[in-house]
Amino acid sequence: MAEQRATNRGPGRLLIAVYILFAIAATSRAGLQIATKFDEAPVAYLLSALAALIYIVAAVGLARAGHTGRRVALACCSVELVGVVGVGILSLADRELFPDETVWSGFGSGYGYIPLVLPVLGLFWLWRTRHDPA
Amino acid sequence: MTSAAATGSPVDGILATASIVLSLLIAIWALVAAVRHRAPDRLQFVGLAVLEVALLALTVVALVALGGGERPGEPGAFFGYLVTLVCLPPLAWVLARMEPTRWGSAIVCAVCLVTPVVVVRLQQTWEVVGG
Repeated sequence: MAEQRATNRGPGRLLIAVYILFAIAATSRAGLQIATKFDEAPVAYLLSALAALIYIVAAVGLARAGHTGRRVALACCSVELVGVVGVGILSLADRELFPDETVWSGFGSGYGYIPLVLPVLGLFWLWRTRHDPA
Repeated sequence: MTSAAATGSPVDGILATASIVLSLLIAIWALVAAVRHRAPDRLQFVGLAVLEVALLALTVVALVALGGGERPGEPGAFFGYLVTLVCLPPLAWVLARMEPTRWGSAIVCAVCLVTPVVVVRLQQTWEVVGG
């Protein structure tokens, strides 16, 4: 199916693996928070759910490779980067806004700053493979 | 970090410690393989299999404790981590089989670095120490 150096080969597969791990982490966390204590911090929990969805779609986009897959992955990585930087700044500026932790709070500090690095690696990888046949 | 000598925690014992140590050993071995441009070797796959057996045994111990009436501090999170935990080695296995290059070893390394974190989180959700 995919040729050499499509987004789902080599380093791309490692990237997909990390995206899958974060999809699992964010999904279970958001699911649990929404199911058990949604009223405490609705904004933070909905944000967690959004982040989870983006990780899942990004992983699928990278794995599918191809033209559509690349576009989907590009959109997801961009939203992710904006999200993690935006939420990072907001969570520092106004603690009231996010009373409970999300994946993106404090630039992803609760997850070893990987949420901050991941979209950058994703965008870099999409750029590196831009001329490859999909 | 975790409070040692937690009396009665089924996920805080020799089995959990062995899982953490084994996982880190596999991670180091896989990292060496990745740095040396080696695809995942037999030892990595055997390691993943043994790790999975240890984690399944840990799950059985936890379920037995639950059957005996013991309850985790945060049940929802506990089961979430438990299910995630037993899925990790198979995930690494499948992805590493799909990628017979140095990056396959890198995947094994990454997953085996995450596994100990999940074990520790599992222990923390059993005993809630003041939230």
